[in-house]
Amino acid sequence: MSASGYVQHYSAKVSDIYFIRPIKMFKSRFKFAQTKVAVGALLLLSCLPFAATAASLEAQLSQYAATAKAANPGFAGFSAARGEALHTRNFASGKPDTPACTSCHGKDPRSAGQTLTGKRIEAVALSVSPSRYADPAKVEKWFKRNCNEVIGRECTAQEKGDWLTFVGSR
Amino acid sequence: MKFPTRPVSLGLLVLAFSALVFSRAQAGGGHYYPPVVDPVVKEECGSCHLAFPAAMLPAASWKRMMGELENHFGDNAAVDPALARKITAYLVANAGDAAGQRYSAKLLRGVDAASAPQRITALPQWVREHRKVPDWEWRHKDVRSKANCTACHADAELGYYED
Repeated sequence: MSASGYVQHYSAKVSDIYFIRPIKMFKSRFKFAQTKVAVGALLLLSCLPFAATAASLEAQLSQYAATAKAANPGFAGFSAARGEALHTRNFASGKPDTPACTSCHGKDPRSAGQTLTGKRIEAVALSVSPSRYADPAKVEKWFKRNCNEVIGRECTAQEKGDWLTFVGSR
Repeated sequence: MKFPTRPVSLGLLVLAFSALVFSRAQAGGGHYYPPVVDPVVKEECGSCHLAFPAAMLPAASWKRMMGELENHFGDNAAVDPALARKITAYLVANAGDAAGQRYSAKLLRGVDAASAPQRITALPQWVREHRKVPDWEWRHKDVRSKANCTACHADAELGYYED
């Protein structure tokens, strides 16, 4: 009795190996292939905002360049150094509690800033916030608001281009 | 058979007490204000400061504020007219005195909605609740502004203001 019971048990084990294992292996392979596709898609997707930003930033810069050229025939391209000078300069013409861009954005373009009411502002450097400049209308909206606050007037195309070149290089 | 007075009255007392606690908990002790959920309103009203819950002011206040965005507490916060209409509709629908609103009875107590108050921090109940906060705390470098709710109310963004 006990011997036949053992054999039965053993044969069941064999059938396990022959029938169930291959199916399991196939399943796991299939899963692996799915994972590869998913990882690939994710990688591609994560590159998209970056590519979109780069393209829209370029388009916006060339638009500012055209306007700057029209205003000043001697215009010879944007400068990150001029942009940085604008970013750190103290103006007396705007609101007294925000004399400079750095009042809220902070001195280091790669770290986050803070509004006067304590709200976090993502870092301005493109390398840290790759999707920051993807929407040209949003960029314009904030130039308009912030230049008025800090300088007391709207920024020129030259200033906007310089500043975007500065943050784009950081 | 004698009526079991003591167990029944004890039971009723427990029931009444838990009902009271439950109703307080449901209302968040009067310190819960549903946060802004509309992504557009959250973005437009929440870039410079916390997107303050619509329930903190009556509808008349929001209407007036949205009509005076060129001078928004000293800043020009103008948005284009279509966007302004959308934001106003949301704020009015969820205002403190909107129908079905049950979160701001305390904060808006003694407030004349028709006077359209603009500053949440000037509402009588707000002032009363914050009367014990010393001056130096308001001037602390991590606070600086009475509009900086999250500096002290850690879960303000989720709508909780009891701490």
